[in-house]
Amino acid sequence: MGVGYTFASMVRAAGGGERFQYASDQSLLVYFDTPKSESRAQARPLQSRITLQANEKVRRLLRLLELEPAAGVRNLHPAYCSLLIKFDPLRMEHDKLEAILRGYLERLDEANLPEPQHVEIPVCYGGEFGPDLAEVCAMRGITEAQAIELHASVEYLVYFLGFVPGFAYLGELSKELVTPRLTAPRKRVPAGSVGIAGNQTGVYPFATPGGWRLLGRTPVKMFRAESDGLSLLSIGDRVRFAPISAERFVELERACA
Amino acid sequence: MRVIDVQAPGLLTTIQDLGREGFGPLGVSPSGAADAISLRLGNRLVGNAEGAAGLEMTLLGGTFGFPEGAGLALSGSDFGATLDGKPVELWTAFEAKPGQVLRMGPTRSGARCYLCVRGGIEVKAFLGSTSTHILSGLGGHEGRALKKGDVLTIGPASMDGQKRTGRNACSTGGAGMVGRRRLAAQVLEKVKIRKVLRVTSGPQSDWFPESAQKIFYESTYRVAEESNRMGIRLQGVAIPTASSGEMISEGVALGAIQVPEGGLPIILFVEQQTTGGYPKIANVISADFHSLGQLRPRDEIRFERVDWETARALFVEQEKLLASEELFLE
Repeated sequence: MGVGYTFASMVRAAGGGERFQYASDQSLLVYFDTPKSESRAQARPLQSRITLQANEKVRRLLRLLELEPAAGVRNLHPAYCSLLIKFDPLRMEHDKLEAILRGYLERLDEANLPEPQHVEIPVCYGGEFGPDLAEVCAMRGITEAQAIELHASVEYLVYFLGFVPGFAYLGELSKELVTPRLTAPRKRVPAGSVGIAGNQTGVYPFATPGGWRLLGRTPVKMFRAESDGLSLLSIGDRVRFAPISAERFVELERACA
Repeated sequence: MRVIDVQAPGLLTTIQDLGREGFGPLGVSPSGAADAISLRLGNRLVGNAEGAAGLEMTLLGGTFGFPEGAGLALSGSDFGATLDGKPVELWTAFEAKPGQVLRMGPTRSGARCYLCVRGGIEVKAFLGSTSTHILSGLGGHEGRALKKGDVLTIGPASMDGQKRTGRNACSTGGAGMVGRRRLAAQVLEKVKIRKVLRVTSGPQSDWFPESAQKIFYESTYRVAEESNRMGIRLQGVAIPTASSGEMISEGVALGAIQVPEGGLPIILFVEQQTTGGYPKIANVISADFHSLGQLRPRDEIRFERVDWETARALFVEQEKLLASEELFLE
């Protein structure tokens, strides 16, 4: 199981546990708290490698780069413990960007993270809206009522938005609910579906393919092109799910339409 | 108000510009023309700014009526276009007289053909861009591919465009005559579509043992039918990945080549997911992105690794060419 360096694989460690990695000829990845040696076989389980501290650093660097944009930077893709920075290759180079980012990294503590919104998302669990609820319960040896209680009793952090517009990666799921994603992803998951995968949970904003196990559905629109806020959730927000009846789902669906 | 009547939409025709950058934190990928070079050149042929909204047609073109006429250009792949039955040349500006109909058929070369219209297509921008993001139903014309009966509005010709054409559009006819401006043949040669795609190492290159890299770089892959603007799926020899361990999801770059379980690579494309959890063995270089946009199902491709300096130099050279004033013959 050699980790051996491949031709032109560019990796450099920064000062505070950060690591830079060329991702493409117009993008650079910054990793927090994920040592290079920890690849594949010797890696700890996924859950324990996603730390709140690393994600907070991601959010701080993102905030600094949003408040004080660096010339030549075109896009930012935050994730659990990394930030992908896309740049205009005519105006910026990897090395130059690294040097600029080191300056930002030294000032991470100065970044004032925005006050998180606390958002409650109504969910109708089980039945046709949550086709995987029964199987998750069988896998984990719990009742449907227990599963709903476990899912709805936790306040989740929005680690980042990714995949498709407005899809929030929420954590951390109760250990009792942790299940692997479906081996064969669905070709079409209905919009509003609430799913779980590993120790994550999230809501599908659009009808897309997806491999997460579906526990329920929300009538709330997660992403509205016509509204100023666009996405119901932002990175760093706190989220709770509130169980609702099928009748209430229909009422809210009408109100949201 | 001049319009385009969509008499037949073709297989998948959408409004595209150069995409919306900067909304990664919302999970919104840029979208935009799959072959951006063709859209840029097509726009310049009709005297538009290069990022004006045009129509991107896929594999099978549409039929479009111009009740009040329009200045037009077709770029990208040859879809066998005719104007009122007479063949129309690619890469050459032409004029549709009021009532004329432009008809396209199946492709005779690559996957996409662009129709650019003098003045651009006027449509409400979403997050600063008119590009259609099909998966999420955002941008473009009602967030979707065109349908028969759609009516698109042609925008006013820009002052910038008039300057670029070096003539005053108003004095040559209000419908936007642009002369017979055409692309110099040597330009096409320099940006021709490649089937050997050049790549740089991916962020997880070293997760793949030498034997896996050898397979990736020495095999010929075939573009799968289910490829689309989100991702180009490949068929061929599976690339072995390490048996255990799972990656933490991270931001993914345009042109990233990810290797999911099963080992068949997927090239992430313009409507890509913004983050992903599969290891990436390589990344297509920026100078070859437009070639990705012209790949058709069943096309055979290979990968060739270049170093970072080469990738950058090729892109800089390409942009220099596209910025030059000697692209066109009037």
